[in-house]
Amino acid sequence: MAERSFAGEVQQLRHGAGTELHVEGILAVTKALLQSGVAYVGGYQGAPISHLMDVLGDAQEILEELDVYFENSASEATAAAMLAASVHYPLRGAVTFKSTVGLNVASDALANLASGGVTGGALIILGEDYGEGSSIMQERSHAFAMKSQMWLLDPRPNISAIVDAVEAGFELSEASNTPVMLDLRLRSCHLTGSFVAKDNKRPPMTVTEAAENPKRDVSRIVLPPASFLHEQEKVNERWPAAVKFIRERGLNEVIANGSADIGIITQGGLYNTLNRSLELLGCSDAYGNTRLPLYVMNVTYPVVDEEILDFVKDKRAVLLVEEGQPDYIEQNLNTILRRAGSDVALHGKDMLPVAGEYTSAAVTRGVAEFLRKHMPELVEHEPALLRDKDDPDSPFAPKVDAEAVLPRPPGLCTGCPERPIFSGLKLAERETGEHHVSADIGCHLFSINAPFHLGATTMGYGLGSAGAAALNSKDADNRTIAIMGDGGFWHNGLTSGVGNAVFNKNDQLLVVVDNDYAAATGGQDVLSSEATVSHRSTQHPIEKAARGVGVEWARTIDHTYDVTKVRDSFLDALTTEEEGPKLLVMQSECQLNRQRRVKPEMRQALKEGKRVVRERFGVDEETCTGDHACIRISGCPSLTIKSNPDPLRQDPVATVLDSCVGCGVCGANAHAAVLCPSFYRTDVVQNPTKKDRTLARIRSGWMKVASRGIERRAARFEVAA
Amino acid sequence: MSSWSEGRRPLTLAILALGGEGGGVLADWIVATAERAGFHAQNTSVAGVAQRTGATVYYVEMLPPRDAAPDQGAPPVRSEPVMSIFPTPGEVDVVIASELMESGRAIQRGFSTADRTTLITSTNRVYSIDEKVALGDGRVDDAKLIEGARRASRRLVAADFADLAEQKGSVISASLFGALAGSGALPFSREQFEESITASGKGVEASLAAFAAGFDVATTQTAPPADASEEAVAGSQKVDPVTPRLIELPVSNGASSSGSTETTKAGAEAERNRIASTDPASLVGPGLRDLAEQVRGLPAAARSMILHGLVRTAVYQDRAYAERFLARVGAFAAVDPDPEGDARLTREAARHIALWMCYQDTIQVAAQKVRMRRMDRIRQEAKVRDNQLMQVREFLHPQVDEIVDTLPTWLGEPLSRSRTFRRIVRATTHKGMILNTNSVVGYTLLTTMARIRPLRPRSVRFVREQAAIEQWIAQALDAARTDPDLATEIIECQRVLKGYGSTYEHGNESFAVLMDAARRLLGKPGAAIRLADLRDAALADEDGALLQAKAGALQPA
Repeated sequence: MAERSFAGEVQQLRHGAGTELHVEGILAVTKALLQSGVAYVGGYQGAPISHLMDVLGDAQEILEELDVYFENSASEATAAAMLAASVHYPLRGAVTFKSTVGLNVASDALANLASGGVTGGALIILGEDYGEGSSIMQERSHAFAMKSQMWLLDPRPNISAIVDAVEAGFELSEASNTPVMLDLRLRSCHLTGSFVAKDNKRPPMTVTEAAENPKRDVSRIVLPPASFLHEQEKVNERWPAAVKFIRERGLNEVIANGSADIGIITQGGLYNTLNRSLELLGCSDAYGNTRLPLYVMNVTYPVVDEEILDFVKDKRAVLLVEEGQPDYIEQNLNTILRRAGSDVALHGKDMLPVAGEYTSAAVTRGVAEFLRKHMPELVEHEPALLRDKDDPDSPFAPKVDAEAVLPRPPGLCTGCPERPIFSGLKLAERETGEHHVSADIGCHLFSINAPFHLGATTMGYGLGSAGAAALNSKDADNRTIAIMGDGGFWHNGLTSGVGNAVFNKNDQLLVVVDNDYAAATGGQDVLSSEATVSHRSTQHPIEKAARGVGVEWARTIDHTYDVTKVRDSFLDALTTEEEGPKLLVMQSECQLNRQRRVKPEMRQALKEGKRVVRERFGVDEETCTGDHACIRISGCPSLTIKSNPDPLRQDPVATVLDSCVGCGVCGANAHAAVLCPSFYRTDVVQNPTKKDRTLARIRSGWMKVASRGIERRAARFEVAA
Repeated sequence: MSSWSEGRRPLTLAILALGGEGGGVLADWIVATAERAGFHAQNTSVAGVAQRTGATVYYVEMLPPRDAAPDQGAPPVRSEPVMSIFPTPGEVDVVIASELMESGRAIQRGFSTADRTTLITSTNRVYSIDEKVALGDGRVDDAKLIEGARRASRRLVAADFADLAEQKGSVISASLFGALAGSGALPFSREQFEESITASGKGVEASLAAFAAGFDVATTQTAPPADASEEAVAGSQKVDPVTPRLIELPVSNGASSSGSTETTKAGAEAERNRIASTDPASLVGPGLRDLAEQVRGLPAAARSMILHGLVRTAVYQDRAYAERFLARVGAFAAVDPDPEGDARLTREAARHIALWMCYQDTIQVAAQKVRMRRMDRIRQEAKVRDNQLMQVREFLHPQVDEIVDTLPTWLGEPLSRSRTFRRIVRATTHKGMILNTNSVVGYTLLTTMARIRPLRPRSVRFVREQAAIEQWIAQALDAARTDPDLATEIIECQRVLKGYGSTYEHGNESFAVLMDAARRLLGKPGAAIRLADLRDAALADEDGALLQAKAGALQPA
């Protein structure tokens, strides 16, 4: 069950021709796939296209009606390999994943796919995780397009343009027998807007029909001598075919050509940002009426030489707006211009940042420099952001004390079952000393931040165990700890990590965090999910799989909130004499998903008058001395501080916010770490039974009697409230 | 044709929110409102990992219908407006921050500027992890953030919108939406805004109530400028300098804003000092009134604190203990260099002597747990309704040393050496115990513990603590003869004595280092400042590394 449900939104996918749809980017892409007659879809979740997978999952019924096959692929490599169905059959297929990490994983399959080429349109929708909010290394997908010769679309951030790009992408793929990648930039996925729908199209051939009529063509298989022919074919046939299609369909746009003898070339995805910069400088308006020529590359690979040469022929100078490094397109343009003997001045990363996101401010600065150099009269307005930072009117002039704005890194949610794992590990380390911790990708990675400060490296999804492979010394006193999530474990960790560690007799302690979902990407189900899912097979235990590849020392802790037990398990696993990898499966349900599951159930029970106990934690403000040891060992967002209500004490006291879900970690930590007696748990009994009420009457009666002396004595000294 | 600078441009709005605060809902409401008014609107966000408690920016652009902003000349390149997906520094009309530090972040990023931006910020604080993990008070100064918000906005609407929403049983997105409507920053009517809430169909009533509360705050804070109606329309936003109006912030009721609570605390102290000058006895219970009268002879600015201490020590032990407290403070009053003014030495001596004298032993903890006012407070905090029942479970784990410490010396010392006793205690408590305070057994256990108070003066720990207190006081009084500032700093070093178990032990170690340093600093220039610096170092980390390093750098005495 995914974090966000699109059950309502997907009904919009049924709309037919002429309806104007107001949707988010990911829903528009799904609709575009259906309009294109796609036959099969797959992918692997990951920001920013996690929700695209969720939309497809929630649209299962509609997909089935149209005979479209959909699966949640085991990894990006699986998804890419799935496109093999389009090699021999005229099936349109689409897969989606996060880039560039997904492309890294998928690149072997994609290279094979691109070598043999495709018959049916093959579209790879990339959720480009670059720039602000990104969680991965900053690299470009462009390199993959160049190395395997797949075409790369980078449509303008506009819903209609994105829908058109999906449809054109399939056609381009078929026209050139080449897989096509569609770059959906981070903000485009969450962009809202509208487009005019077309009718959904049943695939002309379905996967059933293909499976029942098998075909093979040896010339399409990557085996010598065919593989050498493929290389020639790419250059001599597919590339020219692609260029022809791009030109004929006018996928790239030329705007206001002839209006000036300078111009700007931009990646399609940056068009809106560029137009805003031109607006700010007084050379365009909100409807894109620019006063200097633009060439918008909605296809960023291949670069169409003829279009470039045509654009620059009446110009003194052009600026290329190309985000990220290396400057592949700029190098490409230089080659084109030099070969053609053009003397146009090409600017790019000499005026724009070499590295980093091309924000509105970055592009405006670069464009302003370009215009001032070549046509200063075009600049009619100087936006404030161009002012010097020392100018008090600059938006960047320091207006707020820099020390008063502290970073707010992402962390583990309230009630997260992973928090007690790290609390337990920290406590175990108090006895065993510190260990090298090899981390993976997933929520657990937030343990690198305060307050845990755990984890030394992260080498990629499912590679936590592999990252600890070399630090495997028989002579070391402290064995290495590797951490992996359930998502990473099933993605590849079982073989790349666990199998590898067994085979090489690695002494590591491997912790697999099993929270029932691929939680970091939004709560998608995995093989070990507890839930029964209609279209998938779940409930396959991680420990069983690990034992299956030869792990001998394995334990599953099915309640991570018991910090003492977690700590003791760590101590056992870190000190056992047993050889080979030691596995601890730490199993408790992701709280974010649990709350979504449990809350409606609770509400229903309450409505029906059933007895429901609500739990939350609290801190006694009188007993708390404000040392915050509890926060340093927990880091829960609901455990925070507040001004000390005591007129004598000055340091803030710990306090528990209403968002507390009563997971129990506060109490367990107080016990395991011997913190302080300030924590208490409040159980609120809703719809109490008769027995509850009678017992409560007796108890409150006794409390009145037993407290009388204490209260009376205090009243002699205290002022009555 | 510089259409942007002439105002033919979309209205721009950025929302800075934390994960799970409903920033997305708020953005959707705004888009819906704009579209209903015929505007072309677009919304983008950067979610990703930010939803896991991190900071998130939502960005909305709204362009009035074309006839409202006519273009001259040829047909446009695009039939749809080209909207930006990034807020541009210096070009944002409205910034909404769901938390005070996030408004600071908006300012740092150049989104909120004095020439243009209506800044709507909630003044509540969601403390960052760095602020929370400090051993002392790691919170940033709210006043600095509010000062920044004033300087970096054309108009400021600031109030505790989280608290406002909570009062109406709703969430902050609704009260902020109301504030946006009330600010007049967007050219839409109140009804148009409200319709977005109604149309969403979820928790409509509570959302509308919170909306109204936010609306009222914004309308009272933002008296409409002379050209309000005109100014709000996109077409005529001129970049003329408008004197930023300074708006007095309402004092928050809740404890959510650190600044306001500290201000309230300071106000309460001033009020008590005023009462103490005429009727100090009214600030204590009947059993202490004659003692309270004695504060008339003590510095006026310290009287409230002394009376707090009197009550605290008397309840903690007995009247005689309160008398001992008064005598100890009196010694400092006698050497206070500023008795007519701030009387910092006396006031801080009263504070810290009282706190140390009322150290947290098991008797004291039990006494705190069984008080009826505590039960009332928990009931309120957990929002227990009349037809619901409540049980409170304590997480206790008394250690051998803590139990032995509470016993009379003649019993405690031999027991602390007994291995059998240690084994028994460890067996019963090493995993900790969970005690139901509302049960007959639990409450009886705790009240019994609280009732052994009369035995406390004969306990191991009492003897030890009193000796330490005497030594500390003597050292401070000795310093006061030549360097009263250093004396005050010595007194304030009590602040590092906190926590339980290992945290408490660590505090004791730090304290010993500080007292040793104080001895070495006596008579040296800048001694007080250097000791204060060391005390900060003691609270900077958990293992005492910084303190050791800094103290080690002092020259030996």
